[in-house]
Amino acid sequence: MIAERFSALPKPAKVLLVLVLVLFIYALPLLRPPLITTDQIDFGGVMFTVAIFALIALGLNIVIGYAGLLDLGYVGFYATGAYSIGVLTSQHGSWPFFLTLPVAVAVTMVAGVILGAPTLRVRGDYLAIVTLGFGEIIRITAKNVDWLGAAAGIKDIPHPNNIGPAPELPFDKGGFFAIPRVEWNGLIPSLDHEHATHVLIFGATDAIPYYWVILTALILVIFGDRLIKASRIGRAWEATREDEDAAELMGVPTFKYKLMAFALGAAIGGLAGAFYASGQGGYINPDSFPLLYSMLFVAAVIVGGSGNRWGAIVGGVLVAYLPERFRDFADYRFLVFGLALMILAIWRPEGLLPPRRTKRAKAAAAEIEALEEGEIEPEEVQHA
Amino acid sequence: MTPLTLHELFGNFDSFTNFTLGGLVFGAIYALIALGYTMVYGVLQLINFAHSEVFMYGTFAVAWVFILLHGTDQVSWSLGHALPILLVALIGAMAMSAGVALLLERVAYRPLINKNAPKLIALISAIGASFALSEAMGLRDKLTQKIGLADNLKDYVSKPGVAIQNMGQARDIYSNPVTIVPKHLFNIFGYRVTDVDLMIVVSAVLMMVALDQVVRRTRFGRGIRAVAQDPEAAALMGVNSTRVVQGTFLIGGMMAGAAATLYMTKIGSTQLNAGFLLGVKAFTAAVMGGIGNLRGALLGGLILGVAESWGSAVFGDTWRDVVAFVLLVLILLVRPSGILGEALGKARA
Amino acid sequence: MPESRAVLEVDDVTIRFGGLTALDSVSFEIREGEILGLIGPNGAGKTTCFNVMTGVYQATSGQVRFDGRPLTKLKRHKITQLGIARTFQNIRLFKSMTVLENVMVGTDANSKVGFFDALFRLPRHRRTEAESLARAKEILEVVGIKARYDELASNLSYGDQRRLEIARAMATGPKLLCLDEPAAGFNPAEKQKLMELIRKVRDEGYTVLLIEHDMRLVMGVTDRIVVLEFGKKIAEGSPAEIRDNPAVIAAYLGVDEEDAS
Repeated sequence: MIAERFSALPKPAKVLLVLVLVLFIYALPLLRPPLITTDQIDFGGVMFTVAIFALIALGLNIVIGYAGLLDLGYVGFYATGAYSIGVLTSQHGSWPFFLTLPVAVAVTMVAGVILGAPTLRVRGDYLAIVTLGFGEIIRITAKNVDWLGAAAGIKDIPHPNNIGPAPELPFDKGGFFAIPRVEWNGLIPSLDHEHATHVLIFGATDAIPYYWVILTALILVIFGDRLIKASRIGRAWEATREDEDAAELMGVPTFKYKLMAFALGAAIGGLAGAFYASGQGGYINPDSFPLLYSMLFVAAVIVGGSGNRWGAIVGGVLVAYLPERFRDFADYRFLVFGLALMILAIWRPEGLLPPRRTKRAKAAAAEIEALEEGEIEPEEVQHA
Repeated sequence: MTPLTLHELFGNFDSFTNFTLGGLVFGAIYALIALGYTMVYGVLQLINFAHSEVFMYGTFAVAWVFILLHGTDQVSWSLGHALPILLVALIGAMAMSAGVALLLERVAYRPLINKNAPKLIALISAIGASFALSEAMGLRDKLTQKIGLADNLKDYVSKPGVAIQNMGQARDIYSNPVTIVPKHLFNIFGYRVTDVDLMIVVSAVLMMVALDQVVRRTRFGRGIRAVAQDPEAAALMGVNSTRVVQGTFLIGGMMAGAAATLYMTKIGSTQLNAGFLLGVKAFTAAVMGGIGNLRGALLGGLILGVAESWGSAVFGDTWRDVVAFVLLVLILLVRPSGILGEALGKARA
Repeated sequence: MPESRAVLEVDDVTIRFGGLTALDSVSFEIREGEILGLIGPNGAGKTTCFNVMTGVYQATSGQVRFDGRPLTKLKRHKITQLGIARTFQNIRLFKSMTVLENVMVGTDANSKVGFFDALFRLPRHRRTEAESLARAKEILEVVGIKARYDELASNLSYGDQRRLEIARAMATGPKLLCLDEPAAGFNPAEKQKLMELIRKVRDEGYTVLLIEHDMRLVMGVTDRIVVLEFGKKIAEGSPAEIRDNPAVIAAYLGVDEEDAS
């Protein structure tokens, strides 16, 4: 296994390998590797969407994977984050983006607490439908309240502030420096200076700077996720997911931790929404947040491997990327997507990258089954 | 429609009965769809997310039967005139929906049930199936063209009177060529009861009562209850659980087909996403009444229909869905297992 | 024998479920440092009594006091944090977590680490985590499953799962440890080992309440015994006194030969 070989490496080699990988991921929209690159639609834009979905899946993984709460209304938080940005930077204010960002995250987190406090007492399966309802309520509210732009949505959401000298068009495009992108002619690469990315100019033509910002956010959230998961909080979530009553009797205030997971997940969803709103288009409307997205998000987490952050990220990437990559199928892509989702679910019920626990539990179950059928002598197992 | 004040709604007896009885009509349709959710949940403890597509296929079947037996001429008929075709359409829709439901069970659920997979993954499989089913309907023009049947089937694929070459129209609203015009029968407290409304409520309630009796009294019903209570014990007692699961999908599908027929009688047109919101509402109704509980589905459906109707009267039609969901949350907070509790396994199905 | 302080007092507790009286004016106390046995035939109300102590049920009337403080209306996790821990008759471990993690969920009961402590790895987190880890390993050593600390709980043998249940409860740092039929499903050799473990746990400084079916185990390990029948207390005293108590013999020993063996 790759994972085992990786953990066998000495620490400096590990760090180096991770750094190279991270750099590669940052440079992906510039490198534009053949096969991966979407030819019919701007690859930078696709990567931006992919990174947003990865971030969302990571956030939802806390709710579903760690705490075991099935949230089918996650799009509501995504929308809340986006609308917070829209309202504060365009509709009713003109705050700068990076100041609004923490406010948007805080607003979404509060929304998570407000929605979670009454609903998290409801039992598991019912939580699904209640959250689904809340997701829809948020969309309908956005659609019918003039203060939020109603059906027309919010236009002219400013881009994030440029970092580096501002452009002086038409000749100086601004930024500290410009990076050309790679153009592939078959397998022969060449540099394309026509389409250079200016660091860091957030304009309407180039999606790559947005991708970089959200990728940075994603990496920070991954770090935070690791720290929280490997603490009493992560343990409390897992215990609650496994057996809520037993956890409560072992001194875990389960409601508090469920609410914390819900609010934290909401905040990450809001973060993703905030980036989405101030992305290239600078335009959101209620239809940008259909209920169907909630299904896609849940699918991303579970297809990837609920409870494993890398699995969730892979799931998010696939769910966002596949429909864009297979635009050749044009009309058939959602049909293919639906079938693929079904086949994946049946073929790998525990997800593409299940948490290590699931793998070990499965191995143990197989062992017990083998023992019951008398294929292995007990002694053998103990030595194994 | 301009919103009414609460006083206008409840103070004015006419408008009150108006909205109440109007809500019952939709509530009856919710209840029939809710059965599919509630039975599958009762037996398998999983949310049959693709049930909305089962319903949607039924609505198309109704329109197709009318095209088959009447043609594509746009006409307006009274209920009495349309009744013979409507009965055939009912059978067609029930067959179509039941077929889709069985296909769903075989393809999306059974492999996972056999593997004893986590419930969540079955939900994902169902979401995938739901996508695929609704997209397949939306691509019916292209798919029929691929297999070279576009010309033979063009009446069924395209909107009546529109040439097949006009691609993508399969995603548009698709109407029954026969518009059924409701006839005013009598007044209840000032509410104009039409033959269509009466038929919807009466037939929905009759079907649910019949189903309730089936589950309570027949051998098949005992099998359903046994599997719902304890699948392993039921298997040991010789109940074929696969058969029972198939049976629940079959019945759920047939009821969705019936709901589709009633829906098409009232609304007259459908779309590939017609099932989605209706499905969510029906599931809401099932949860409200107490999921797994057949009588709960009926009660939940009717309450939801009426509450929505009142809500849209007071707050305006755009807030209809919000009222439905807020009501659900309130009910679950007061009664965490729904109004009648969860009971498919218990003797009072 | 010197009277030591009462840790837990069950004071005239009655519980009714509908028309059924599960506990009828039951009173007894558990003294610091002792092993108290709570016995009775099936359906005598042992587990009900247990559940009212740990906050799963609320008493219809009467009071349970812990350290002199009434437990009425306290949240269940608060009761644990006050110092009552329990095991479950039907094992309820966190199956997909490791043995060590299971125990650390217990030690976390007294942790004051919050979200920001954990996120920024503040000193409080590091200190508490190190202490928890050390404490958890110590407890695993005591119950004798330290070597298997990195196994998944579901992979342990039945006996080790019972031991892990005890370890997890001990980890919450209780003053009173309640064991609900810890010997269920054990063979005599395992029961012998369990008796030794219970004594060892008491010697660690815990007060133990033992609900048990098996008379030999109860007689062998407890300091005092309370006998319930049909929701009423019928006897209380040392194992020797209980053995000779005619009411107990009639109610319990005489009736159910199997359990008396």
